[in-house]
Amino acid sequence: MSSTHKISETISVQLQTNKKIGLCKGLNVKNKKLKQLDETNWKPYSIFWQNMQVFIYIAAFIINLMLPTVQEVEVTIYRIFLGIVILFLIVRYRLTSYSETIKAKNNHEAQLYFAIGVIISIWDIVTTKFNILPLPFFPSFAQILQVMREDYITLLVSTAYSLRLLVIGFTVGTVTGLVTGILIGWYKQWNYWLLPIIKIMGVIPAVAWIPVLMFIFPSSFYAQIFLIVLCVWFPVAYMTCSGIQNIQKSYFEAARTLGANESYLVFKIAIPGAMPSIFTGIYTATGVSFATLIVSEMIGAKAGLGWYINWAKGWSNYAKVYASIIVMAIIFSLVMAVIYKMRDKVLIWQKGLLK
Amino acid sequence: MTVLEEKRAGKIKIKEVHRTYTDSSGNEIEALQGINLEINQGEFVSLIGPSGCGKTTLMRLIAGLDEPQSGKLYLDDEVIAGTNYERGYVFQQANLFPWETIENNIGAGLKARKIFKQRKGEVEHYIKVAGLVGFEKSYPHQVSGGMAQRASLVRALINNPKVLLLDEPLGALDSFTRYDLQDKLIEMWQERKTTMILVTHDVDEAVYLSDRIVIMSPRPGRIEEVVEVKLERPRARNDERFLKLRTEILEKLHLVSNIKPPDFSI
Repeated sequence: MSSTHKISETISVQLQTNKKIGLCKGLNVKNKKLKQLDETNWKPYSIFWQNMQVFIYIAAFIINLMLPTVQEVEVTIYRIFLGIVILFLIVRYRLTSYSETIKAKNNHEAQLYFAIGVIISIWDIVTTKFNILPLPFFPSFAQILQVMREDYITLLVSTAYSLRLLVIGFTVGTVTGLVTGILIGWYKQWNYWLLPIIKIMGVIPAVAWIPVLMFIFPSSFYAQIFLIVLCVWFPVAYMTCSGIQNIQKSYFEAARTLGANESYLVFKIAIPGAMPSIFTGIYTATGVSFATLIVSEMIGAKAGLGWYINWAKGWSNYAKVYASIIVMAIIFSLVMAVIYKMRDKVLIWQKGLLK
Repeated sequence: MTVLEEKRAGKIKIKEVHRTYTDSSGNEIEALQGINLEINQGEFVSLIGPSGCGKTTLMRLIAGLDEPQSGKLYLDDEVIAGTNYERGYVFQQANLFPWETIENNIGAGLKARKIFKQRKGEVEHYIKVAGLVGFEKSYPHQVSGGMAQRASLVRALINNPKVLLLDEPLGALDSFTRYDLQDKLIEMWQERKTTMILVTHDVDEAVYLSDRIVIMSPRPGRIEEVVEVKLERPRARNDERFLKLRTEILEKLHLVSNIKPPDFSI
């Protein structure tokens, strides 16, 4: 065997020993990450903020307890909420001595929790305590929480309706987009006929079709699904196509000299090579689909979060409007998180390649 | 592990091949003019010459990645049309698929030909041959240039091609890695007697590796001379006859007229 082989053998042996004594690449990266987290903190090793984040919520609790309440509002839920936050922060603080990860996280987020605590306290003071902000447009946080508790069934049902629309529309739209994108990215004929359609349809906001769809589709449900499919389809198709067309020619050439047929070129080169671009399309589509979902529910639907907002506005119940906005923030963040997770899984080969 | 399951062959015949192309400013460039060449089965031939003499163009024609405007190319008396795994190609950049692990890159040829299941074990063998044990699950950007190029080499070899086209595969590597890989290449070639055609800018490399050296000249690209290397193997880089032949070829390439010794590193 030549010396090349010997060298790489040594390397692999070294790698194995490194793994044994815990010096492998993964761990190093993790340590680096923790250090970076600490750097965002003003005082990386002080526990000042870790204490302050607990005290501010205790202060908020005392403010609510001691100051006289001017507005007519049920504050029990608000106090329970503060209690849960305090409990959570104390438990997490306790756990820091057991886990470095929790410690770093606690340290990193302490200032953020503190700031949120300050905002909640001020919010409480200017609403329930001194009635400075005008009602019904600016309800107190306590009232929003109270409304959430009272109306949670309607909120849950609305969320379920919205999610059903989003999941069906998004899945169908993404699959349609992928198929069209592959066709126009790979075949010249499809490209000639379909690309202009995609380009023109793509610039039209999907919601502009609402009046037309109302009489085309038998029910508003199908019309809404179609709207979401439409707004997801364009960015996914377009980015899939451009992703395929931007792949280095040499990858296709290498595959061909290895004996690849067309299906291998499409499924093993074109699609994986276009994946980064496809995910860019999917992100764009996600944002647009949230907007389309809410607008379409506001206009034609009888259920869903968009409908809920509109309905609450009709009764001038702004606490409910805010409540549904909070629910939206949570749900849409979760959807985004799921998509990010999927991206990380599919594009694992890019890890360390970018940035 | 049986590597050589089929009978070797791999005779290349190039007959009156012309190839022109149009560059970005619209000028017609004659990349190859009247190329005639025969390469025997199991021979190691180097193509050498200045940039623009059509070495890569010729290689791409043999691979079937391009077609000649006139003339024909044959592999074992069969006209070359389109790509085939029998004519493997190793590129200057390793050109591994970045979305596949090293292991899957090496197995790509088997998968492309839909014989991966039957010959799965060979991947492991070639990982060992390339000295990539421990890096099977790594992605191409995580390994060094030399490792990537070794992976690229065995990726082509796993198909057991009749002809292996090496388009400056060592050009982008540092000289230590290059010398190592040259030895590796010789070892593989002697083991399986694949016909090898190597494009290089490096006269040393050409003399060290080849049975014959084809000297080409540019504008229009044509074969100027074919030099036989009659040194026995293994060859020594500091052997007198080696150095003499090297100087001879440098002279033929008009590269020794200067007082300053020319720099061949890339």
